[in-house]
Amino acid sequence: MAILLLAEHDNSTLSDQTAKALTAAKSIGGDVHVLVAGSGAQGAADAAAKLDGVAKVLLADSGDLANGLAEPLADLIVSIAGDYDTLIAPATASAKNVMPRVAALLDVMQISEITEVISADTFKRPIYAGNAIQTVQSTDAKKVITVRTAAFQAAGEGGSASVETVSAPPKAGLSSFVSDAIASSERPELTSAKIIVSGGRALGSAEKFKEVILPLADKLGAAVGASRAAVDAGYAPNDWQVGQTGKVVAPDLYIAAGISGAIQHLAGMKDSKVIVAINKDEEAPIFQVADYGLVGDLFELLPELQKAL
Amino acid sequence: MKILVPVKRVVDYNVKIRVKPDGTGVELANVKMSMNPFDEIAVEEALRLKEAGKAEEVIVVSIGPAKAEETLRTGLAMGADRAILVETDQPVEPLAVAKILKGIAEAEAPGLVIMGKQAIDDDSNQTGQMLAALLNWGQATFASKVEIGEGSAKVTREVDGGLQTVEVKLPAIVTTDLRLNEPRYASLPNIMKAKKKPLDKKTPADFGVDTTARLTVLKTEEPGGRKAGIKVASVAELVEKLKTEAGVL
Ligand SMILES: Cc1cc2nc3c(=O)[nH]c(=O)nc-3n(C[C@H](O)[C@H](O)[C@H](O)COP(=O)(O)OP(=O)(O)OC[C@H]3O[C@@H](n4cnc5c(N)ncnc54)[C@H](O)[C@@H]3O)c2cc1C
Ligand SMILES: Nc1ncnc2c1ncn2[C@@H]1O[C@H](COP(=O)(O)O)[C@@H](O)[C@H]1O
Repeated sequence: MAILLLAEHDNSTLSDQTAKALTAAKSIGGDVHVLVAGSGAQGAADAAAKLDGVAKVLLADSGDLANGLAEPLADLIVSIAGDYDTLIAPATASAKNVMPRVAALLDVMQISEITEVISADTFKRPIYAGNAIQTVQSTDAKKVITVRTAAFQAAGEGGSASVETVSAPPKAGLSSFVSDAIASSERPELTSAKIIVSGGRALGSAEKFKEVILPLADKLGAAVGASRAAVDAGYAPNDWQVGQTGKVVAPDLYIAAGISGAIQHLAGMKDSKVIVAINKDEEAPIFQVADYGLVGDLFELLPELQKAL
Repeated sequence: MKILVPVKRVVDYNVKIRVKPDGTGVELANVKMSMNPFDEIAVEEALRLKEAGKAEEVIVVSIGPAKAEETLRTGLAMGADRAILVETDQPVEPLAVAKILKGIAEAEAPGLVIMGKQAIDDDSNQTGQMLAALLNWGQATFASKVEIGEGSAKVTREVDGGLQTVEVKLPAIVTTDLRLNEPRYASLPNIMKAKKKPLDKKTPADFGVDTTARLTVLKTEEPGGRKAGIKVASVAELVEKLKTEAGVL
């Protein structure tokens, strides 16, 4: 039977996390249908139709779905779940919010943040902040899965699937949207960037973070990350946090500056292809995972690095 | 209103995890256990709401082995009023935990359930959303700010691009993110007092919940290791290596 993939999008554009989760979906086997739920989301639906390996796009367009609220979105997914064996989504904040709700309504266990597909019912997933990897087999009739996108390549384009509309069930009215504070930035997104420059507590202030980390990131065309300590101290916004409870990334190059390398931080970046650590403490645990370590004061080294590029 | 706070006993976040050599799981013998950090934040938030006059009673509940009583006592020492231990030696998956919590929520009729967004052992991030579904309540996950109004709560949530604020009808489920608050430490007198606070014992069967696992763990293994690389002496050497050796620039 078919697989339903929940798209991550902002109505007009499709996030590349969808294309990455599509790769996981395709390796499960079966026709993949992509659900685009939103308001004025034709653009995202058209983009989904072009992904290679998509058999059909379902577009649910309604004001109730505009803000990704979990309750109406879960009701919509459950209303069409009968046609699918597997319901899958990239492990974004919005899918992590809605998919377990879907799973409970279907009386199945969600398989969270898979990093590998072994077979249609067996998957690998990290536990304990990635310090152990479990292979789990689901005995549920339907599988509800979220995908750790850093572990999968994005599927390419070249498809030409049809777009069908589906209607959303009546709204239950359990919650309502109040406001958004979504930062828009010219920089690449953390989860799709090829290069990430991350700063930690050592930056010492929001001003210094801006002054030292951002110009280097911009020179490299990189996304900006941060440790939890830097976010907690207000040097960087919450959505920059990399780690067990932040974003999980795997860029080609990850530069960690003034980050000690706590396991919770490593959990979010240790699958990066090349890791560079800059830290004044030569014993810092971050050096145990770094390909290239530079011991010294980041306030001298980062500007120097920026000049050298 | 009452606030219900589910708390899980997990391996302390500072412990270096070891996978058992035979691949059957993670070494749990003689390992320091603590309350899941997100659940401490949930207890703290509930206590602050009580202190602000928004709630009358805070009840902590845990599902797990007899030793989970220690975790509940920690919650009581922080200031919770009473505790419920649903005792079982079997590992209980989030879906079954949510079903048990549903039974407790129906019996206690809380105005709000505040719980962690994620247990740092299974990293599932699903129990709160499941409980909301089973109760047909609204949910506000990954909260960094909670304001209780008349019959509703306004919650600021940490989402991928920044923050989102939603309003949920009460009763509702809130799950905590790290920046919601800074949990208090229990004082010694409060630790002593907590020993005398009421703690009810139940079993999953009392709620008619079958805890048979839906996911069979076939194997647990070490993650692919990563070796420490080299130290470079200068920025110039670093740039050179990144260009030629690593080929990422
Ligand atoms: C449940 C839970 C979840 C967590 N989730 C996350 C998560 O998702 N992501 C995360 O990052 N953390 C997370 N943490 C926090 C984590 O445990 C660490 O506290 C945090 O990562 C430390 O951040 P840091 O490395 O910036 O700060 P520190 O550990 O304080 O390290 C600062 C480093 O900067 C170096 N330094 C200082 N000055 C300079 C200078 N001038 N030049 C160069 N180097 C300098 C120091 O030598 C030190 O190594 C979590 C914790 C818990 C309990
Ligand atoms: N056995 C349990 N007992 C009490 N609360 C739990 C239990 N398991 C999970 N929870 C709650 O559910 C949250 C999310 O857990 P999880 O979905 O497993 O990541 C935790 O932070 C706890 O608040």
